Amino acid sequence: MPGARIEVLPNDCPAGERSLLVDTDHVFAAATFLRDDLQLRLDYCSNVSGVDWPDAEITTKTKVKKIVDGVEKEVEEVKKTVRPGFLEVVYHLYSMELKHGPVVLRQRTANRAEEVPAVSLTPLWRGCEFQEREVYDLYGIRLGGHPDLRRILMWDEFKGFPMRRDYVSPDDFEYEPTPHDEVLELAKKHYPPEAKA
Amino acid sequence: MSAIVEAPGKPNYEILSKTSEAGEPIGELLEVSMGPHHPSTHGVFRMDVVLDGEKVVKLKPVFGYLHRNHEKIGENISYLASMPYTDRLDYFCSMTNNWAYALSVEKLAGLAVPERAEYIRVIMAELTRLQNHTCLIGFFAQDMGALGTPMMYAFREREKVLDLFESVSGARMMCNYMRFGGVRCDVTPDWLAQAKQLTDGYNKFLDEFEALLTQNEIILARTQGVGVLPAKLAVSAAITGPMLRASGVNYDLRKVDKYGFYPRFDFKVPLGDHGDVYDRYMVRVLEMRESVKILQAALRDIPAGPVMDPKAKLRGLRPKAGEAYGRVEAPKGELGFYLISDGSANPYRYRVRPPSFINLTILEDMCLGHRIADAVVILGSVDIVLGEVDR
Repeated sequence: MPGARIEVLPNDCPAGERSLLVDTDHVFAAATFLRDDLQLRLDYCSNVSGVDWPDAEITTKTKVKKIVDGVEKEVEEVKKTVRPGFLEVVYHLYSMELKHGPVVLRQRTANRAEEVPAVSLTPLWRGCEFQEREVYDLYGIRLGGHPDLRRILMWDEFKGFPMRRDYVSPDDFEYEPTPHDEVLELAKKHYPPEAKA
Repeated sequence: MSAIVEAPGKPNYEILSKTSEAGEPIGELLEVSMGPHHPSTHGVFRMDVVLDGEKVVKLKPVFGYLHRNHEKIGENISYLASMPYTDRLDYFCSMTNNWAYALSVEKLAGLAVPERAEYIRVIMAELTRLQNHTCLIGFFAQDMGALGTPMMYAFREREKVLDLFESVSGARMMCNYMRFGGVRCDVTPDWLAQAKQLTDGYNKFLDEFEALLTQNEIILARTQGVGVLPAKLAVSAAITGPMLRASGVNYDLRKVDKYGFYPRFDFKVPLGDHGDVYDRYMVRVLEMRESVKILQAALRDIPAGPVMDPKAKLRGLRPKAGEAYGRVEAPKGELGFYLISDGSANPYRYRVRPPSFINLTILEDMCLGHRIADAVVILGSVDIVLGEVDR
């Protein structure tokens, strides 16, 4: 595929299934290839999951030769870079015909904005339909090409995307006669001290 | 369907056309909201059905009434603390839920399981399969109007299995029995003898149950040729479990993934021919007979030894950064857990691949053109549990 950015991501866990990262422009073509290639025949898309990766500070240590007090020394230089956050959709593909797998396919969005676009693979595997709706519902990734992209677990009028890591749950405060810990903090907010007196 | 972001003032329902595409008048369509309190929806599940007379012309499943964001809870608690939560997914089959989660964490952390524990896991999983399939057939006969009788026989047998679970784990349904690297406590010789007694008697019960149902005229009339699921659509729609095999696709994770000690047992994978509701019933009955074979072999061959990997650390388990996807053949289909670890005590991402949620994808395809009473039977044959669908 010309112009496609395909990367194999390592996995440090003992099982070590590596995954295939394809950019959103080419993921549909790559997935079509994985499904239709006669040696792969990945006809079964088992699992679709969204993953949220907020902005992260990455520290890289590099050894640099420097002249310190006139003597050349190897000094560790700590460099901090901010990796911009993104959302990820992960597909676990298997082959029912050839009984092999999994192949882990990932696509990443450009940023973490609400309703950030990505590509739906439901036209290829019907089994993604509800799972991609769930990814939209809980992560807010607008998967283009999905036939019926609506909320599925939350109600239609719901605002926000609860599986995002920076989601703040609503303050569902209920009166408690003996508040403590977090509930006490909330109670103070709801019943100001002057009201008590 | 209506878009998600709607202009204010626009109604969030659709006004159905009273003419066909060719412009001819058609019978008045009726939109019925079946559920969430309908007795045949197996919990709080709703079907938005559009009917032409009694014929289903459109059906949209609506769920989420039991949604508690299980996955978010899993991200905020430690690996071990999620184990009792998995019981609440599919509350009929807590043992297989435990196994799927334990298997994924073992894969993530690279833990080994002692031989005796693997045997115990197989025994528990097959007992779970027996009681799940038995109950399902009871419910399913009830959906067709056989109120009480088959259901009571099914529940009588289920009670015996639940007694076994209770005596080993302390709870009938929320077993919380398996751990990473083994099982929580050993089974006694007395327990094994009881399990053997139950297993040996199960074929006789199945014979009785089948005499009641398999050749029953009403069941044949109501299920044969109803809700046909073609094999190609079943594969594409990621259908798993008895539903997939009823469509004739030979894919059983016990054979494909060879997890646990399943390669040591001799069993067949029953397959259906037509993919209709009757095949789904029959595949489940045959699967139970195979489970009895596995159980008999496992109870005969179970070795002595420890039931926990001595190196396994339960509390404060911190697997290395990485990810793993583990799956087992649960009674309802492929139950998987996708875990991402960032090296801390809580999983970074905890995803459940729920079989009954995904098996609902093609509910509309199976129901179109059938009558509304058949939609109930078709839903019954999918085998859903809302604790798992909604998570």
